[in-house]
Amino acid sequence: MELILIPIIAGFTAAFAGKWGRWVALLGSVTALAITFGFLNKFQMGNGEFQMIWDRIWFSSAIHFKTGIDGITMIMLLLTNVLGVLILASAINKTNRNPVLFALIVGMQGALNGVFLAMDGIMFYIFWELALIPIYFICAMWGEGNRFATTLKFFIYTFIGSLAMLASLIYLYNKMPAGGTFDYKALLAVNLTETEAIWVGAGILLAFAVKIPLLPLHSWQPDTYTEAPTAGSMLLSAIMLKMGLYGLIRWFFPIVPEAVLFYIPLIIGAGIIGVLYGAIIAIRQTDMKRLVAFSSLSHVGLIAAGIATLTMEGMQGAILQMFSHGINIFGLFFAIDIIQRRAGTRELGSIGGIAKQAPRFAALFLIVVLGATAVPFTNGFPGELLLLKSVFNYHTVWGICAGLTIIFCAVYMLRMYQMSMLGKEKGDVYLFPDLALRELGLMGITVAMVIGIGIYPQWILDICGPSVHKTILTIQDTVGVLK
Amino acid sequence: MENLLWIILSPLAGFAISGLAGKYLPKGTTGWIASLAVLVSFVLSFSLFNGLLSNPAAIKKEYFTFIGSGNFHVNFALSVDRLTAMMMLIVTGIGFLIHVYSISYMHSDEGFYKFFAFLNLFIFNMLILIMGSNFLMLFFGWEGVGLCSYLLIGFWYQNEAYGKAARKAFVMNRIGDLGLLIGIFLIAWQFGSLDYDKVLDPAKLVAIAPGMITAICVLLFIGAMGKSAQIPLYTWLPDAMAGPTPVSALIHAATMVTAGIYLVVRTHVLFDMSVFAREFVLIIGLCTSILAALIGLKQNDIKKVLAYSTVSQLGFMFIALGSQAYVAAMFHLTTHAFFKALLFLGSGSVIHALDGEQDIRKMGGLRKAMPITFWTFLLGTLAICGFPYFSGFFSKDEILAEVYKHNVVLWALCVGSAGLTCIYMLRVLIVTFWGTFRGSEEQKHHLHESPALITIPLVILAVLSVFGGILNLPPLLSDSIAHGMHHFLSPALNLAEVPEELSPLSQLNLVVVTVVVLALAFWYVRHKYIAKQVVPETDDAMSGMGKVMANKFYVDEIFDASLVEPIEKTSDFTYKWLDRKWIDGLVNSFGKIANAMSNLYGKMQNGNLEYYLLYMVAGIILIVGYNLMK
Repeated sequence: MELILIPIIAGFTAAFAGKWGRWVALLGSVTALAITFGFLNKFQMGNGEFQMIWDRIWFSSAIHFKTGIDGITMIMLLLTNVLGVLILASAINKTNRNPVLFALIVGMQGALNGVFLAMDGIMFYIFWELALIPIYFICAMWGEGNRFATTLKFFIYTFIGSLAMLASLIYLYNKMPAGGTFDYKALLAVNLTETEAIWVGAGILLAFAVKIPLLPLHSWQPDTYTEAPTAGSMLLSAIMLKMGLYGLIRWFFPIVPEAVLFYIPLIIGAGIIGVLYGAIIAIRQTDMKRLVAFSSLSHVGLIAAGIATLTMEGMQGAILQMFSHGINIFGLFFAIDIIQRRAGTRELGSIGGIAKQAPRFAALFLIVVLGATAVPFTNGFPGELLLLKSVFNYHTVWGICAGLTIIFCAVYMLRMYQMSMLGKEKGDVYLFPDLALRELGLMGITVAMVIGIGIYPQWILDICGPSVHKTILTIQDTVGVLK
Repeated sequence: MENLLWIILSPLAGFAISGLAGKYLPKGTTGWIASLAVLVSFVLSFSLFNGLLSNPAAIKKEYFTFIGSGNFHVNFALSVDRLTAMMMLIVTGIGFLIHVYSISYMHSDEGFYKFFAFLNLFIFNMLILIMGSNFLMLFFGWEGVGLCSYLLIGFWYQNEAYGKAARKAFVMNRIGDLGLLIGIFLIAWQFGSLDYDKVLDPAKLVAIAPGMITAICVLLFIGAMGKSAQIPLYTWLPDAMAGPTPVSALIHAATMVTAGIYLVVRTHVLFDMSVFAREFVLIIGLCTSILAALIGLKQNDIKKVLAYSTVSQLGFMFIALGSQAYVAAMFHLTTHAFFKALLFLGSGSVIHALDGEQDIRKMGGLRKAMPITFWTFLLGTLAICGFPYFSGFFSKDEILAEVYKHNVVLWALCVGSAGLTCIYMLRVLIVTFWGTFRGSEEQKHHLHESPALITIPLVILAVLSVFGGILNLPPLLSDSIAHGMHHFLSPALNLAEVPEELSPLSQLNLVVVTVVVLALAFWYVRHKYIAKQVVPETDDAMSGMGKVMANKFYVDEIFDASLVEPIEKTSDFTYKWLDRKWIDGLVNSFGKIANAMSNLYGKMQNGNLEYYLLYMVAGIILIVGYNLMK
């Protein structure tokens, strides 16, 4: 509850707080992070059920404001609030003074918390849509290039998906006997025939697949990531696309287990094709942000495929990788932003040799790049390992195709790093000051997380393990009945 | 037993100190701290080794759960048996010497502290690779050393060609790594565990389908092909010579590239069960050994010759593995580590004296100016050529004898390859150290022997190269100390106590044949390069087969044309045509249709009463018509 309200209130206050706006926003964001740690402290390990449930009637007796935390939610909250603070802090620089930007970022943090906490279908839908509003304004107001058209396309695209999800939820409600509710458990309990489940699932999946994005519904993503301001790209890729992946785990599969046999090959196929598609395109991109956008397409494809295997390894690997991907992509976009602000461009080929001017930056950026390349002892490795293993166990050929990512990823990530940071100095990099204290702190925290999770990923697996186990059991029960 | 942890933590601490504080410390201090960190590991490894001499039982230690999910459970765990202990001594021992050497060699480099940080990190990862007690730990170290190799090949990062070489090495290694990873997945699937204890248990293997074991072996070997530079994944190693010479000595000759050998020896229980996999290893090893030796004949960069020589010698080790001569492979690995590290460091000493010159055509006559370098290089060359009683003589002959048991034709090819080794190594030796100096006047003026920090490691390695054969003498010479390494390793490898032997007479015959071939090679090189004083021709003057060999059989070009370019073209095509034009175009066309419809309906409502009447009549006709048709 407070996790949702405090950032949103902070957002409204910040918007009208003038030059103090960004500090108000930061305060709200940090408070939310502190509350998250409080929850983590209270969280009972080894318990797969929802804990700390908070339940009030909202619009009618059918629609509640109900929140609860299980292991999966806990990780998502950590991701949202840790990155929320980092993104906000990274946006505070000399060029950005407008309090509205910071208000929108912290407001977004609150809405995202709502998405992950919701235990009621309509509440989930409301926060799902609410999260779209701040990001729309962030991208439309501070973006670059063809920002209005791009943002509008993104908005309409995701909005159509969301409406389809709403229709599916209402269909489920209508299937209930009188006195039904949109409560999570009630929605899960609705029995569907396989055909019904496929249609209901299609509606829900459309919302998630657009957001993840799964091929071929991804075409809004490269443009949006590229043209959004850095904070917007970060919010979108580090946190927002995880809404879709989280949705698959929490809502899609448990609600329509009757249709899993239909959807598993579909999602795994789309995911793995996305892995290769994104990776191959990324090899030749020259705009660093666009390159990262396609690499992200490649990474999330693997995460979606891992989830769809409905195994412990696949789902836990997915959750771990969602967290790691969030950190890495924040680090990448932050580094690209630093380059762009100092060298005036982020086009590979017109810059080079930055390492010579800024060795500290070069070292920290390298570690983030290695994390994204999934080198052992970085956070990218354990998640990718589990995901690849789960896909491989599902089907050998898909496993090998997905495995190619470890080669391609090395190609495009190292190419990006090498062309921008190494070689002879090129472009406007002769006055490239090394990291300032604030930047050093943020990059330092990112790198510490990259290595920390790389060495001991088990704590994330331990938190989400029981809940993942329970989710899989719920789905398997129904599938078992069907067989 | 916390020693195990300290062995790996010591270089890691060295890495942290050099990496974080190295910038602020004096150069000498950083270098010595880093060297000391490796020395600590060496001393601790040695005490472990001593313990294992009396009690061969492996020492194991589990620390924490690294990844546990579902049925998949992997610990961060270390285990040291005699095989590991031997590798540890090589890695930390030679590692220490090369650290010391680098203090002087890298003295004037501005990235001095970074260099030592990376070297320490490499030692750490290499130790994880060999000390891990399961396949995932191995994979950790495996990728980790690949990363350090990348960082060190591209150490002089301002040079773009070096950067490309580094990336090529990393990517080619990752191709192999994918094979290894899939092999590991298969193991996890079939055995339900990745622990060596549980997987490499002959009793359990019986239950696994033979085809599956072959698949696992081939996949593991693909990993080894990447790391140990075998056909077709070998072209990165010669390019890797872009790194500073101590790196070439440590990583690309003595230690990292032998990881593939270690992997096969470690999992030999699996290879024992698959004839196909062994033949595959043997043939790849043989082809690599001969091809690399042929290319080596025509290279004029002193480090490139040594690099192809390394590829060729690694091929030799794989030949041994394919013939199930695991001890012979480990023996050659050890002696090769001695003499190849020596040769690289020697070439480094020359390059250092000539201020970076690597082309042997611009050297010559260095014998007098650099006596220590010359003598140690000479001993190293004799050792690698297999000159009788030098270490390479014993280790190579053992492999040859094992191959002879296997197949006579293969044996003949191997002898031929050994002869080629002799030719290209002597060619380098003579062209570099004999004749007259062909460099510039200024270089000639500055010619000098390298300082003690460089020459002392050379001398130590030279001693090891000469006498390293003692480790595993054939019984022909003395029964009491024969087969030292075999006895030492047999508990770890589950081998019979005494190896099967050829009859003394045929052993002698084999040795005689080998010696004759080597003598012929000596004679040929002496005739060409000493008597006639031939200097290798310039690049333009080459023709025919020589040119093809000098251009490395155009393998790089073939790779580019068949793999790199198609992938890049696919990338452009996918992006521009499929992604932008079709998928995005389709999405946008929805928007355009909506716009067009909106325009159409907008025009219909033009405020003209006649039009509205027309729509109304049309509507009525449609409704009536529809009802009538029904």
